[in-house]
Amino acid sequence: MTTLAASGHVWQRNWLVYKRLWYRSLAFGFLQPVLFLTAMGIGIGALLSTDDLTAFGGVPYIDWLGPGLLSAMAMQTATFESTYPIMNKIMWGRNYEAMLSTPLGVRSIVIGELAWMAFRIGSLAAIFLMVLTAFGITRSPLAILAVPVAMLIGTSFAACLVAFTATQKNDVGFSAIFRFVVNPLFLFSGTFFPLTQLPDALQAIAWATPLFHGVQLVRGLVLSDLNLAAAPLHLAYLLVMLGVGVVLADRNLRRRMAG
Amino acid sequence: MSSQPSLVHARGLTKRYANGFTAVDGVDFDVRPGKAFGFLGPNGAGKTSTMRMIACSSPVTEGTLSVIGMDPRTQAREIKAKLGVVPQIDNLDTELSVRENLEMYARYFDIPREVASKRTDELLEFVQLDERAKDRVEPLSGGMKRRLTIARALINDPDLVILDEPTTGLDPQARHLLWERLYQLKRRGATLIITTHYMDEAEQLCDHLVVMDKAKIVAEGSPRQLIDDHATREVLELRFTDATRAALNGKLDGLADRIEELPDRHLLYTDNGEHTLEQVNQRQIPIESALVRRASMEDVFLRLTGRSLVE
Repeated sequence: MTTLAASGHVWQRNWLVYKRLWYRSLAFGFLQPVLFLTAMGIGIGALLSTDDLTAFGGVPYIDWLGPGLLSAMAMQTATFESTYPIMNKIMWGRNYEAMLSTPLGVRSIVIGELAWMAFRIGSLAAIFLMVLTAFGITRSPLAILAVPVAMLIGTSFAACLVAFTATQKNDVGFSAIFRFVVNPLFLFSGTFFPLTQLPDALQAIAWATPLFHGVQLVRGLVLSDLNLAAAPLHLAYLLVMLGVGVVLADRNLRRRMAG
Repeated sequence: MSSQPSLVHARGLTKRYANGFTAVDGVDFDVRPGKAFGFLGPNGAGKTSTMRMIACSSPVTEGTLSVIGMDPRTQAREIKAKLGVVPQIDNLDTELSVRENLEMYARYFDIPREVASKRTDELLEFVQLDERAKDRVEPLSGGMKRRLTIARALINDPDLVILDEPTTGLDPQARHLLWERLYQLKRRGATLIITTHYMDEAEQLCDHLVVMDKAKIVAEGSPRQLIDDHATREVLELRFTDATRAALNGKLDGLADRIEELPDRHLLYTDNGEHTLEQVNQRQIPIESALVRRASMEDVFLRLTGRSLVE
């Protein structure tokens, strides 16, 4: 059995659980962007002067915000999926112990779980993109590429967080992750306002964090104004993060399960 | 020793954890095909660590170990394909139904769907859970969950089934049902490795036993053989009032091959319990209660380690 086939079984197990309640997840995936875009885009956007939209690249605030929210959704979904559910499979429900009594290996588990999260995030991103289109925000058919980019954002975060979760003995560390990593990134990655509003030092820090690069790519694709010089850099950042995350997740989970 | 090849062969097998604790200290044993092999010992004796090494879920620190003729260090995946594992703590998939638990597990072994479905039917019937096939796992009783775990361990038609304390925490009725199923499994020719700290379980199920204590094997043989070697045929259990007990000083001497003094009673090891009881009465020692019974694995363990199995 190849690692890929084995990963497929791990994916399939999650599908078996998910398919009973898929509509719930998708309904939520639809509702969330609608609520956010309505509240923030229309509500707050209406308060912003329409005379000077240069800060938002000349597009209405809601158009500028939408792709940022899509990127943040990818990060948040990945964060949730790779903390408690993974912890459950490591120590509370012991799913991995059961899987590792079969020919499945740790690598197949890591790849299968990440592939599963990629699928979940991809389906949510597709719905999000449909909502953006319904709001008249997408500018070109190439916006469809925002879906694989969202999957990349999600799996990069997920891989690193699975690596983290594999080292944790209880769920105390997760609240620190939510408070000190996910929330600041959510707020300061050019999601809600352009980074140029920040002092230089903070701008530099924001540049070094992952969600910023995801937001830049997704926004460029959705609004059809992708900076082609910077895009490879953004993409490379996320790919490296994914690669490092996978290696660490594999190593940490292997150690944890052998313990 | 028979010349039949052993399914598990261990020499100088050692498990030392990162914190320096030695859980298994240089043990030798051989598991013969078609037999039920038992590891008996108190909690912390090293039984589970030994099982985990056999199951390739914990690396061998030192020594030789071969499982089904393969090396766990390099062929873990191939070995696991031929093993059935029943862990000490249930790890059924609580998000899946009873039936899905078996079918999904079959997928992990790459068993084709049709084969998996047919085997699931057979196994659910074998562990008497066919009527619960569509139910979720969580509401099942402890005994049912254990039976489902055993069915799951059999899904790949394993050459060797490893059961770590299969009946711990179950009520007597559930234990007997489980023993009966395991006995059926044995009759079909399966090779079983069982750890337990229940002597009755060891006597009921195992053809061959090793007694472990403090990371080492302290005795080995069939249950009967161990009792013959390390205990007498019968045991006379005597209880005295505290006053009598305090005034005993040596009055029981010479009445039995060996006398074990426990906090609540005295055990007199003898070949004829009734006869020894008569002798006690002749010495006019007032007895609160007396019981003559056959010697058991508990006595063997007490003899070998000076401690009870279940404390």
